Amino acid sequence: MKLKRYYPIILLAGVLVLIQLITLVTGTAYYLTQLTMAAYYVIVAVGLSMVMGYAGQISLGQAGFFAIGGYTAAVLTTIDLTDKIDRPLFSFLDKTGLLIHKVTLYGDTIVHLSPWISFIAALVLAGVIAYAIGVPVLRLKGHYLGMATMGFGIIIYRIVLGTHIFGEADGISNVPLFPIFPGITIGGDFSIRVVNYYTAWFFVILAMVLLLNLINSRTGRALRSLHGGEDAADAMGVNTARYKVKAFVIAAVFAAAAGVFMTHYNGGIGPSESSVAKSVRYVAIVAVGGMANLWGVLIMGLVLNFLSLRGFFGVYDDAVFGIILVVIMMFFPDGLFQPASLDRVKRLFHGK
Amino acid sequence: MTSEQILQYIFSGITVGSIYALVAIGYNIIYNTTGIINLAQGEFVMLGGMIAYSLSQIMSLVPAVILAVLITGAVGSLIEIVFIRRMKKNSVLGMIVITIGISIIIREIALFIWNEQIRALRFFSGNEISSLDILGARISPQVLWIVGVTTLIVIALYLFFRFTLTGQAMRACASNTRAAKLCGIRTSRMVNLSFMLAAGIGALGGCLVSPLTQTHYAMGSELAIKGFIVAILGGLGNPMAAVAAGLLLGLIESFSISFLPMVYKDVIAIIILLIILVLKPSGLFGSRQTSSLKDF
Amino acid sequence: MKRILLTLLTLTLVLSTAFATGQGETETVKIGAILAVTGGASFLGAPEAKTIEMLAEQINADGGINGRQIELIIKDSAANPEKAISFAKQLIEEDKVIAIIGPSTSGETMQIKDLCETYKTPLVSCAAAEAIVNPVASYVFKTPQKDSYVAELIFQTMNSMGITKIGVVAANSGFGNAGKGQLEKYAPQYGIEIALAETYDRAATDLTAVLTKIKAQDVQAVVNWSIVPAQAIVPKNMKQLGMDIPLFQSHGFGNIQYVIAAGEAANGIIFPAGRLLVAEELPDSNPQKATLVAYKDAYESRYDEPASTFGGHAYDALSIIVEAAKNADSLSREDLRNAIEGLTGFPGTGGIFNFSPEDHNGLGMDSLTILTVKNGAFALY
Repeated sequence: MKLKRYYPIILLAGVLVLIQLITLVTGTAYYLTQLTMAAYYVIVAVGLSMVMGYAGQISLGQAGFFAIGGYTAAVLTTIDLTDKIDRPLFSFLDKTGLLIHKVTLYGDTIVHLSPWISFIAALVLAGVIAYAIGVPVLRLKGHYLGMATMGFGIIIYRIVLGTHIFGEADGISNVPLFPIFPGITIGGDFSIRVVNYYTAWFFVILAMVLLLNLINSRTGRALRSLHGGEDAADAMGVNTARYKVKAFVIAAVFAAAAGVFMTHYNGGIGPSESSVAKSVRYVAIVAVGGMANLWGVLIMGLVLNFLSLRGFFGVYDDAVFGIILVVIMMFFPDGLFQPASLDRVKRLFHGK
Repeated sequence: MTSEQILQYIFSGITVGSIYALVAIGYNIIYNTTGIINLAQGEFVMLGGMIAYSLSQIMSLVPAVILAVLITGAVGSLIEIVFIRRMKKNSVLGMIVITIGISIIIREIALFIWNEQIRALRFFSGNEISSLDILGARISPQVLWIVGVTTLIVIALYLFFRFTLTGQAMRACASNTRAAKLCGIRTSRMVNLSFMLAAGIGALGGCLVSPLTQTHYAMGSELAIKGFIVAILGGLGNPMAAVAAGLLLGLIESFSISFLPMVYKDVIAIIILLIILVLKPSGLFGSRQTSSLKDF
Repeated sequence: MKRILLTLLTLTLVLSTAFATGQGETETVKIGAILAVTGGASFLGAPEAKTIEMLAEQINADGGINGRQIELIIKDSAANPEKAISFAKQLIEEDKVIAIIGPSTSGETMQIKDLCETYKTPLVSCAAAEAIVNPVASYVFKTPQKDSYVAELIFQTMNSMGITKIGVVAANSGFGNAGKGQLEKYAPQYGIEIALAETYDRAATDLTAVLTKIKAQDVQAVVNWSIVPAQAIVPKNMKQLGMDIPLFQSHGFGNIQYVIAAGEAANGIIFPAGRLLVAEELPDSNPQKATLVAYKDAYESRYDEPASTFGGHAYDALSIIVEAAKNADSLSREDLRNAIEGLTGFPGTGGIFNFSPEDHNGLGMDSLTILTVKNGAFALY
């Protein structure tokens, strides 16, 4: 039983509980909002870390998958089915409890699909698209791969920006809550804040467990062999293409799931979530956390997103990420948490 | 569509295409000498326009443009010395990421200096309402400047790389750095020169288009992407092909507006990119062998 | 190693929480603002932020709100809805502001509309979408004029010019799309045929192709609806293409920078806007004149750039909040909301505001006037 591998997870869980209790005691529960949002971004980042760090493939379009998840959830749960409820399909759904009746703030009643339907649809859609894109595109290398993935992200951005059903430039708002399990609802109400915090980080832990298992499995070993040298891996009989696509699809599904949850938490989504700038941010987080260092990525993803969402960087938010990219690439290419990097930092401080 | 309209769309396409071509040429110059793809290329275009505008407030147009080109060239050179030189060139991922980071920083600095307002340089000849009638189609005289200067740049570059010692030295660095060094070529200087040249050409392009398209601190990213698409479309490393590819993309986009909603115009370029990358990454005019030899 | 780092992380967060609870309780009145100071909508957010900073200083110098100083908390959302939501929650819960100004864009406003309504915090938006105040949410207001009035005024002017067939181009932004929708909605009423309506990317730099398409339809006028720099490119392209027909713009044209950028091509453009741009030309008896001239002079001398109607929307938002706060029974959010809703005859830069429970915009069609460009300057049409 490889329990030792899970020590960091238990530690993480402990830290999370500690943070929540501190906010409870000091009356600063509002921090949980940004911590929850950061958690969902972390899910995207750790998925990307696997693709970039372990499989060695650069992806500059991860925000596209986040958007696929988020927009699918948003569209499917905001279509009002009140007029259509008599149709056979919808009355069947209604009887099985898959339609939700809601009263809005303005007194109208609307009927929408259960978020579970949109959730599953989002994951499937993301997976299918990732596979369809991945197979041809992951044959490319280096700059070509980077730009192809960036191109994918841009297409998603242009589609959501230009199509009426996706709200065009305004995005989609009034996305309902997601009652995911009995007693657990994903949504932004202050009253369910603590539950949402733990739910979000539960998903992060779930993602981490899945990824750690993946890395230590046959797939993971195949991926790491890729990283060492693709030709060598090929020569050894590793079906590199299959594993690259697998990693890519898994990361895409993670990103889509994060998109779904975040959209329900925020109650809406906008085209900016699919922009190149967002994709670049995810890459920056992976780079600074250490490409193949899941825990480093988790920590940096948490810290950077938390600060950014609180407006800590003010008007220099974009500039900060740009500087991070440059500084990390120049001085800490293995990320901040690798021994080599820490030595460099120590040398800076002790003079040499 | 009448023949005048067709001609009009052609002029539209050539105008936009020349801008793309100039950015792509910049990519190719740096790539040819160093194997790096500099995603900050679009920012040079922006800087050229902005600096020229600021200078033109205190001097006349021609010296302002010349100075802007020189200053931006210096910026390009500086970027190479400060950032690129320290990087391990064989880390493709690192190069992509750092050039993106550099483009963000340049953009934010530009925002700080020039704020979010647009700037438009004076027209080189005529003004905002000048219009020339060419076979029934109407264009601004600036279009002739853009096309003319682009052509001159292309010819000049061709001659430079083909017939001058420095140009040949730069090409040598791209094919085989070690051999070049053995021949006594100062590769680091060639690398620096390539950045300076690419930046200067980008800046000149920025000055040329500024009267028509206006210069804005955030215009670089879109141009960088389109310019890259054009460079790949033509075949990475081939500046002449980049021009052809740029014009081609410009024309495709322009004609697409005649029957598609304009909202999807920018998607076309990306779709073309993906198709090319999947089917023939060496580009329209590149050859399979050479592109596979260049290691990524 | 990793454990140490995780522990460090915990400590960091603990420290920062300690900081937060240490805020002293002073006598300031906190007013929040979520503006797109940087990013794609910075044409709106940057002047808005500068305006309210300037105004807040002025108000504080004049004694603040009933003796208490205003503390302005401006958050830069860069037009990202997720940031707008996060900041809104911060402002409502942590900073406990009495009201929020902004956001700058309609998309962001719609994302936080229900939030502010649920948590009963007055929101005075600087964004133009009709949906912000329709359906009316009791805590949500907006300061820009109604798009539909702008569209109707354009059509009325066209009627007087005998124009019946037009082409429309709009930017692919919340503002542009909404405007295009209003134009399409009201055109039949005024007997105007829209031969072609196209949306362009908001960062578009060359519109000759789409204008060629429109020219081929033999239209008698073109309407451009956007806030972005394309407002200066469209007139230039039209002249270059030899299109001598009138060009109408929306109230997004309210910044002389665009006239400067368009140079001679700008002369003759017709657009409805608030009276800020021709403040000096107004007769002294005009109730808005004093406010307009004061704002214009103060902004231009302080920031060395022309005042625009965008900044004006933020000016109105803050002045309305302050005026209402002075009238209100207390500075609780509920009393403030009541006071805002009860405000009538209030001269702002956008017009004279008359709020009511049904009208959370407060501006009628008379808040707009038709302007044009003569010799490179704004003038009454």
